[in-house]
Amino acid sequence: MAEILDYTIVSIILLAIGIYGLTVKRNFIRMLFAVEIIVNAANLNLVAFSRLMPSPNATGQTFALFSIAIAAAEVAVGLALMIVAYRIYRNIDIKGLKRLSG
Amino acid sequence: MSDPYFITVSVITIASAIIALEFRELIYGAIALAVTLLGIAIFFVLLDATFVAMFQITVYVGAVVVLIIFTIMLVRREAWLRLDEGGRRRVMGAVIALAIIGLLGALLAASSIARWQASESVPTLMQIGEEMLTYYSPAFIALALTLAASVVGALVLAKVDRGKGRDKGKGEGEGEWDEEESSSGFERGGELEGERKESVEGEER
Repeated sequence: MAEILDYTIVSIILLAIGIYGLTVKRNFIRMLFAVEIIVNAANLNLVAFSRLMPSPNATGQTFALFSIAIAAAEVAVGLALMIVAYRIYRNIDIKGLKRLSG
Repeated sequence: MSDPYFITVSVITIASAIIALEFRELIYGAIALAVTLLGIAIFFVLLDATFVAMFQITVYVGAVVVLIIFTIMLVRREAWLRLDEGGRRRVMGAVIALAIIGLLGALLAASSIARWQASESVPTLMQIGEEMLTYYSPAFIALALTLAASVVGALVLAKVDRGKGRDKGKGEGEGEWDEEESSSGFERGGELEGERKESVEGEER
């Protein structure tokens, strides 16, 4: 049985990988991947604390379920935005989208 | 100490997260992302949260990754692969990532969670359902509305105006931004649409 420290370390590493992807990548879809990885690191933490706290309770799992649903909605909207941007600019390079800010 | 299952799953999860971000071909990146999400689901099973694991597999691997793969196939272009991130950007990203690992690791080392004793009691599915539908029921309702709104928003955003080419007259329901856009963006979008259709047909042949 792994302890809570192990799960937290894995979660921190995933968070760092996700933030690396968000800062470095210029491809919209890759940035979505990075966001997904960050959200999953958070979910892993929630569920790990929910089970391995000195007095386990179900709140962490409930929050993880909410978070998964929100992330799914976010991906749907993000991909739709990307399709619109691609239709207008023919590119999904983030640099090209700077023109959106006026 | 950690058991071998945990080590194996965490190595696979972290490695495929890196592959998802770094592999040149975007489709393989999406598949690596699916492997990462499956690894997280296995973590949930190891943590006795089987319902959350099932939810994770259904929603993420079943819906999100499939949606991403379809989108990649829909708007795929070779030029994406040649986006250069630049060495300096990459180095700065790695520095930020390492700084986050260092800071949060130091925070963990200073905290007392390493001495926590895990208890034997497991949160049950019944408890989850009870919490979700009693104390967190406002959040549950707000979540349902958010999901519905986001689905409608995604549909509206991704809608292709097919009537535009045939008759120039716009429908009454469309906003004024449409007129501004039609001069710059949407005509290019229209011809792009044609190009994409041609290329799809070409691939099928």
